[in-house]
Amino acid sequence: MTRSTDGGLLSSQEAAERVAASLKKRGRSERRFQYLGIAAITCSILFLVLLFTGIFSKGIPGMFQHYVTLEVFLDKNRMDPQGDMSPDSLYTGDARGLVNESLMSALGNPEGRKAKRAARSILSSSSPSRLAEFAVKHPELIGQKVAVKFAVDDDIDSFMRGFISRETPESDRRINNQIIEFVDRLNQASLISYEFSDYLFSGSASRDAEIAGIKGALIGSIWTLGVCLLIAFPLGVATAVYLEEIAPKNRVTEIIEININNLAAVPSVVFGIMGLAIFIIAFGMPRSIPLVGGIVLALMTLPTIIISSRAAIRAVPPSIRDAALGVGASKMQTILHHVIPPALPGMLTGTIIGMAQALGETAPLLMIGMVAFIVDVPGGVTEPATALPVQIFMWADFAERMFIQKTSAAIIVLLAFLITMNAGAIILRKKLERRW
Amino acid sequence: MSFRLLTAAVVSVAMTAPAVARDYVSLAGSSTVFPFATIVAEKLGQNPAIKTPIVESGGSSVGKKGVCDGIGTQFIDIGNASSRMKAKELKYCDANGVAVTEIKVGYDGIVLSNSKKSPLLEISRADLGKALTAEVPDASGKKWIPNPYKKWSELNAAYPDIAIRVYGPPTTSGTRASFAELINQKSYCGKDKVAKALSVERGDKKGKKCRAMRTDGAYIEAGEQDNLIVQKLNEDPNAFGIFGFSYLDQNTDTVQGAVLDGVAPTFDAIGSGKYKASRALYFYVKHAHIGVVPGIEKYMTEWTKHWGDDGVLADAGMIPMSKVERKEMMDRMNDLPVLKKGDLK
Repeated sequence: MTRSTDGGLLSSQEAAERVAASLKKRGRSERRFQYLGIAAITCSILFLVLLFTGIFSKGIPGMFQHYVTLEVFLDKNRMDPQGDMSPDSLYTGDARGLVNESLMSALGNPEGRKAKRAARSILSSSSPSRLAEFAVKHPELIGQKVAVKFAVDDDIDSFMRGFISRETPESDRRINNQIIEFVDRLNQASLISYEFSDYLFSGSASRDAEIAGIKGALIGSIWTLGVCLLIAFPLGVATAVYLEEIAPKNRVTEIIEININNLAAVPSVVFGIMGLAIFIIAFGMPRSIPLVGGIVLALMTLPTIIISSRAAIRAVPPSIRDAALGVGASKMQTILHHVIPPALPGMLTGTIIGMAQALGETAPLLMIGMVAFIVDVPGGVTEPATALPVQIFMWADFAERMFIQKTSAAIIVLLAFLITMNAGAIILRKKLERRW
Repeated sequence: MSFRLLTAAVVSVAMTAPAVARDYVSLAGSSTVFPFATIVAEKLGQNPAIKTPIVESGGSSVGKKGVCDGIGTQFIDIGNASSRMKAKELKYCDANGVAVTEIKVGYDGIVLSNSKKSPLLEISRADLGKALTAEVPDASGKKWIPNPYKKWSELNAAYPDIAIRVYGPPTTSGTRASFAELINQKSYCGKDKVAKALSVERGDKKGKKCRAMRTDGAYIEAGEQDNLIVQKLNEDPNAFGIFGFSYLDQNTDTVQGAVLDGVAPTFDAIGSGKYKASRALYFYVKHAHIGVVPGIEKYMTEWTKHWGDDGVLADAGMIPMSKVERKEMMDRMNDLPVLKKGDLK
C-alpha cells in the first residue's frame, strides 16, 4: 500500500495518478538508459572500424611489393666455386656479379661509375642470395638463362607507390634523377611487377625493409607459447583441482585463493623483472631464449587458467560426485573419471584465452631480452628468438618508410592468429559443453 | 603422475640450461646506434659460418650499465652508446670487475626539426639552449628562475611567434644527454655571459646544472621512438622535435632540420664538423667475453667493412669518421686497451 508524504494512506485514485505520473518519468529514464547503451556500443564499433580501416588500408599494401624480372645466366662455376652447392660455397661465390650483369644489360649497359652505382641501387641488396636460393631449388636449370624475380630496394618501392614524388628537388629526394630514369626504363619494358610479397612469410627480421618478414618472429612465438602451454596448463589444472576438490577449506587455502586472484591483476612487466632476476641472473640461463620467455608467460597466464578451471570444476554438479562415491569410486577415481572430463571444455577455454593473452605480450619479454633484433630463425627453445608483437613493436620504430606498411601487415597476421584462437575457444565450448 | 614427471622435466631443463653455452654475440644499448648495429649484425650473419649477433635497444644507459653488470654468458658482450661513458659509469664496471675497451664507430647529428608545412627555423645554439633549459637567470641577472619563455619570439623577435613546444627523447637516451651537454650546457651556459657568471656563483663552474631540461610542458618526453616524434611533427606544424640525423634523412619530404648558427644539418656539414650539434657513437666491448663467446672479434671487424664514406652505414644516415680516426679505432680493436678513468676527460 502506498503512503502519502504525511504518512497517511492515499486513496486508490490518488495512488493511481501518482503511479501514472511516475510511469512517464520511469519510461523516460529507461529510454535514456537505452540511448546511453546504444551510444556506448556505437562508440566502440566506431573505434573498431577506425582501427581496422587504419590497419587494413596500410597493411594490405604491406603484403605486396615490387619486383624486377631479370634474365640471369646461372653460371655454376662463378656461383659455386667449391662445386658442392653448400651455403659456404654459395656465400663465397659471385652471384652478385651475375645479378649485376643481367641488370646492366636490361638497362642497356650504362657507362660510368655513377650510373652503374645508380643502377645497382635499384635492386635489393639481398638479390645475390635470392639467386643462390633459386639455384639450390632448381638445380636442373643451372647453365641456362632463366628469368628470376628480384625484389626492388625499399626506396624504389616507396617511389613506385608514390611516397617519393618526382617534384621534390633532387637534393631532398632519397633517389636521384638517374635512378628514376632507370626505373622508368625498366617500367616501360614492363619488367617491374607488383605482387604478393613472398618475403613477408618466408623472410626473417632484416634491416632491408623489402626483404623483412615475420617468419622468425612467428616461429619464436610458437616456441614460446609451446613452453608456456606445457607449463601453465598442467600446473593450472592441478592447482584448480587441488583447491576445489582436495584441499580442506581453511585459512591457508583462503590466503592462497586471494593471492591467486591478486596475481591475475599484477602488471605483466613485473613477471619479466622476476624472470630476469630468477632465471637469467640467478639460474644463469641465457638471455633472449623462448624457454625463459615461455616460463615467464606461463606464470603470467597461470591465474587465468586456475580461475577459469576452478569455475569449470565448480559447474560440475555435486550429484555426479556423490553418485561416483556412492558406487564405490575412490576420491581419485571420482576426480579423474567424473569431475575433470566434464570440466575440461571450460578449462581449455580458459587456457586458450590465457594463451591468446600471452601471444600479444611484449612487456615481460622486454626484460628477458626477447625484444631484440634477431635474424636467425630459432630452431629450438634454447636459441634466441623474438615474438610477433615484438617484431611489430620494432618495425614501428624503424626509419625506413616501407616498414610502416610492413608493421600493419604484421598486425593483420597477429590479429588473424588471435581471432583464430578465440574462435577455437568458442567452438570448443559449444561442442563439448554439457548441460545438466 | 604425469604432473610429477613434468615437474621433474621442467626442473631438469632449468638446471641444465646454464650448461648451454652462448654461441652468438649479444648486444644492447642506444637506440641511435641500434639501426647501425643491426645492419652490421645482419651483414655478419650472412656468412653461414657465424650466427647472427642479437641486438637489443633500450638507450645508452642500458648499454653502458648492461655491459658492466658482470661476467658470464647471461650478460651482454657489447654495450652500444651514443654518449661517452662517464667516470661514474666506469666505476660501476670496476666494481663488478669488468674491463672494457671503447670503440668509436661514427657520428650522428642531432637535429631540431619541424614540419615542412611551417617556415624553416634559423636559430643560434645559445638561444636554443636558453629556450629549453630548466632555469635561466632573471632580468637582473642575480638569481635563477624557472624558464619563463613561452614563445620563441620572446627570445628574439626574428623567431616565429609560436609557443615553444619540443618533443624529445627521455633521460635514458644518449641523444638527450648529448643535446643537453652540447646545447644547454656548452652553447648557452658556457657562452652566455650572465648565465656563465651565475653558474660559477652557484658553484657550478662547468654549467652542468644547465643540462636539466624544462619540465613545464615546453619540452615533452616522447619516448625512445623517433618515428613517433616525426609523426607528431606532421600532425602538429607548430611543434619541433629532437632526434638523430638518420630520421631526418629518411623523411626529408615531410620534415626539415632547423639551421643552427647558420649551418643546416646536412650529411656533409655534420661530417665536416661545421654543424656543431653532433655526437660520437660508441660501443664498449667486454674483455672477459672475447674468445669465450665466438664472433666478437668478427663483429668488430665487420664494422670496419661498412663504416666508410661509401658504406651501407653512411646510406643509413650514420656520419663516417675521418680516415685517421678509423685507423686509430682499428688499432684499438687489435690492441684492446682497457678503458681507464684517465681516458675519460
